[in-house]
Order: sequence, then structure tokens, then C-alpha cells
Amino acid sequence: MSTVSETTHDGAVAVSAPPSPDDGLSAAELARKYGLAVSGARPPLGEYARQLWQRRHFILAFSRAKLTAQYSKAKLGQVWQVATPLLNAVVYFFIFGVLMGARGHMPKSTYIPFLVTGVFVFTFTQTSAMAGVRAISGNLGLVRALHFPRAALPVSFALQQLQQLLFSMLVLVAMLLGFGHYPAASWLLIFPTLALQFVFNTGLAMVLARAGAKTPDLAQLLPFVLRTWLYASGVMYSLVDQLKKAHSPGWLIDVLSANPAAVYIDLMRFALIDGYGADKLPPHVWLLAVGWALLVGIGGFVYFWKAEEQYGRG
Amino acid sequence: MAEQLTGDRVPTVIADDVHVVYRVYGGGTGRGSATAALDRIIRRRPSVGVREVHAVKGVSFTAYRGQAIGLIGSNGSGKSTLLKAIAGLLPTERGKVYTDGQPSLLGVNAALMNDLTGEKNVMLGGLAMGMTREQIRERYQEIVDFSGINEKGDFITLPMRTYSSGMAARLRFSIAAAKDHDVLMIDEALATGDRDFQKRSEARIRELRKEAGTVFLVSHNNKSIRDTCDRVLWLERGELVMDGPTDEVVRAYEKETAR
Repeated sequence: MSTVSETTHDGAVAVSAPPSPDDGLSAAELARKYGLAVSGARPPLGEYARQLWQRRHFILAFSRAKLTAQYSKAKLGQVWQVATPLLNAVVYFFIFGVLMGARGHMPKSTYIPFLVTGVFVFTFTQTSAMAGVRAISGNLGLVRALHFPRAALPVSFALQQLQQLLFSMLVLVAMLLGFGHYPAASWLLIFPTLALQFVFNTGLAMVLARAGAKTPDLAQLLPFVLRTWLYASGVMYSLVDQLKKAHSPGWLIDVLSANPAAVYIDLMRFALIDGYGADKLPPHVWLLAVGWALLVGIGGFVYFWKAEEQYGRG
Repeated sequence: MAEQLTGDRVPTVIADDVHVVYRVYGGGTGRGSATAALDRIIRRRPSVGVREVHAVKGVSFTAYRGQAIGLIGSNGSGKSTLLKAIAGLLPTERGKVYTDGQPSLLGVNAALMNDLTGEKNVMLGGLAMGMTREQIRERYQEIVDFSGINEKGDFITLPMRTYSSGMAARLRFSIAAAKDHDVLMIDEALATGDRDFQKRSEARIRELRKEAGTVFLVSHNNKSIRDTCDRVLWLERGELVMDGPTDEVVRAYEKETAR
């Protein structure tokens, strides 16, 4: 190797070529002269959003592929999409409905849909967060092989969870009918609620994707944070009732019931369950729902974009 | 338009003192005890568990339109890493890469999923490369025919995990080669499949070269480098050892490796 290494560094222009007016230029000047752009540079925010929109078909196809790939080795195949949430609901029915009886002031026919709605809606946020934290760090192969706006990955994972939730909603609707909660005009509120929660989840996934790309350890820590969040969001009990019973200060009740998971869960319960009236919702609930979605959705997108050129460094 | 300024020599890729460093967690001498790790976190010192691998050390070159450039060097010399840095897929530690348009690395392997059918993977791989659905639908039959997957029965509708390794490699190459590129980079793709498929893929690469501005080819096969490239970069331990016409560099490389 030593015999040829003298030709190394200035050898770059040694390919037999006639002298050209470009010879004296530095790399940067040459690049500017011919309009070359820095490879892998971060595009401006608007341009980035446009590129992401162009990749919408990829995002959708990728999320669907991930969803179907999940159960492709099972004999029942895609039946599990519905069977998994159904079994979950059955377990909750036996434990809380049969073994433990009704809770608080709620009759059984309200409590079980209350619980299952809470679990499904919270799971949507929970799994989006977990998928988000691994969105970059678990897909380095893809990030290092192909060029696309990296935000496509967290968005795609959040979208996968949304599709998963839609299967769960089928089970939930069957269950509601079984307990005598029939479709009413309020059911239309499902759509704005889901849309807002999806925007919130996507933003959350993007924040966690950036954090998880830099610190993969977060994937170990996150389950504990999420479980704490679960208990603080009133998934299994009425948050306000429990806190009042424990004589908690009013500000604590306000803060906990304003947390995004609690807000989206409450809205969904309000939409679906007869006898879960507006009196159970925290004040300014729609303002909170929209506010959280916009804050985390837009904030998460900008935060993720700021490190765009860094993803892929191992 | 720029061609009128300086004849044929229009630069398409300029690498200016490129350094690429990988950070590997959990490598090296282990993490030590938990308390030591905690101490490092509190004092915000870099962990001893992180090892830095300096894969590319200050490589500079300028590639021009119409060139086919081979990259040679022993395993682990930084060839693939350099390609990824040029494509903007791996951030550079220092130095800059300037490119004309978006260079594409010929490789969709990572986007494909073994649990999906070949059919769905064609769609997914194409979308991942930035093709539109219509483009993929248009080329779908071409891709399947080129891969030869269906020659022995209707395999394209089976999950990719049921394919033999050769069949999977052929489908991957066919998907990747379906798109036209400005600056095209090929990493060892010529070695896939049987003789018959190799011939077909070499022909396809020649076609792609005609359409692409500049082609980079990483290969350990000196014959395919000689057949396809007119210029060669020789990398060793992340440094550019030699850069010049194919014959000259490959001869020097062969002399070096023959010892």
C-alpha cells in the first residue's frame, strides 16, 4: 500500500483531463458554480411538509404492510386483528363484570363499556408512543438505505395504530349494543375525537422518535412512564370520583383531568355511552382536545424536522 | 445548461474531505458497573461503552457527468459507507458532499418485508424509492418478468419468506432497478442470482448508466469493475489510496492484494 499512497489526496483530479477553468476552484465554489446542493441537507419546513405529503402513499402502504405482517404467520391470519381486542374485552368483562361487580356509582352495563372504551383509547396513544420511540432506532436499515423524509416513519407507525384501533372499535360497538347503548347522534363525535387524538399521537410519536434515535434507552424507560400515565388518566375508574374520595386538592383534579389521554378518553366515553353525560367532562374539554392536538402535533413535527439530517447516525 | 460552459466536464458529485464516524453502543470493554454508568450520566461524560468507528477518513474527489466509477478495497475499507454518505443517508462528521439532484443507492432491501407477498413488496419497495403508484403499476409486469420469479410457478403471490435466497435477491434487484436515477449507486448488486440473471442484470445496469448522469459501483469482482467502469477509487481503511483510470488502479490493487 505504501508504494501508491503518495498519490492519495491530490489524486482526486488526476483523471486524465485537459486543464479546465475550474481547476483553481475550491469544492464549495465548484459546487456553487454548477448548482450542486449539499447531500442530505435538511430542507426548509414548508418544503419538508410538501415532500412528506408526496410520500403519503408510501406512508399508508408501509403502515398497512406492518399491520398485516403482524399476523401473517398465524393460521387464523387477519382474524386476530379483531380477535385480540375481543379477547381483551372478554377478560375485562369477566374480571370486572363478573368477579368484582360494578364499581362506584356506575351500574355494570355502564361500567364495562366505560372500562373497555378507556382501555382501547388509551392503548391507541400508548402503542403509538411505543412505536414512535423505536420508529428511527428500530429502522436504521431503512433509514440508511433509502431517501425519504424521515417523519414518514413515525407518521406511518401512528397510522398503523389508528387502523388497529378501528378494529378495536368494531368490538367496542358490538359490546355497546350488547349492553343496550344504541347509536345516537352523539356517536358522530367519534370522528373529531379520533382525528384529534391521531394528530396528538403522531406528534407524540415524532417527539419520541427523535429522542429515541439519540437515546435508544428510552425504549426501556417508556413503559413505566406510560403505566404511570395510565393510572393518572382514569382508564379503569372515574378519575374525578376517586380523587374526590381521597380529598385531593381541586387543582390536582383539574390538572389530571386536563391531561390529553384523559381528555380523549372522556370525549370518547361521552360520545358512546348512554348515561355518561356532559357533567362528567372537564370544563373547556373541546378546547383542551384541540389545543393538545395542535400543540403536540405541530410542535412534534417541527421538533422532529430540526434533527432531520442527523437520523441514521448509529 | 451548464454543459455549454465547460465542455463535457460537468461535476455531478463533489466530496470535500468527507469523514464518517459510526458510534457503536455496547461495544468495547463493556459498560462497567451500574454505579459507574450512573456516575457518567450524572457528570454527563461520554460513556466508555460507546466506541467510535472512523469509517471514512477525509475522502475528496469530484465525479463528472457520464462517468462510471468503481469503488474497490478490502472488506471494511469504507466503500459502502462512502456511498451512503454521498447519498446523504449517513450524516458526515466533517466535510461536505455536494450532489446534482438526489443520488439513489440501488437497494430497497430494508423496505421489503418477508411476511408480505412478492406482489405487495413490489408496491412497497417502489413507493419507498419514491415512485408513484401509477409508475409502479405500469412497470409491475416488467419487474416480475425481469425477476423471473414466476418462471417456476405463481410465486409472486406467496410471502417472501417462502422464497429461496436467490429468488429473494432477484426480486430485490428487479424492484431496485425499475426506477431511473440521476446519480446511481450500486452496491455489489451484480453478484445476485444465477448466470442467466447476472447477464440480464448487467445489461440493465448498462441501460441505467445510459440514463443516469453518473454511476458508482462497489464490487469485489474486478472483472465487473473492468467491464463497467472507466474510473476507479481505491479505498483502504477509510482513506483514498488511489484514484484514476480503471486499468491503472485495478492493476495496482491486484498487485497489492496478490502479495
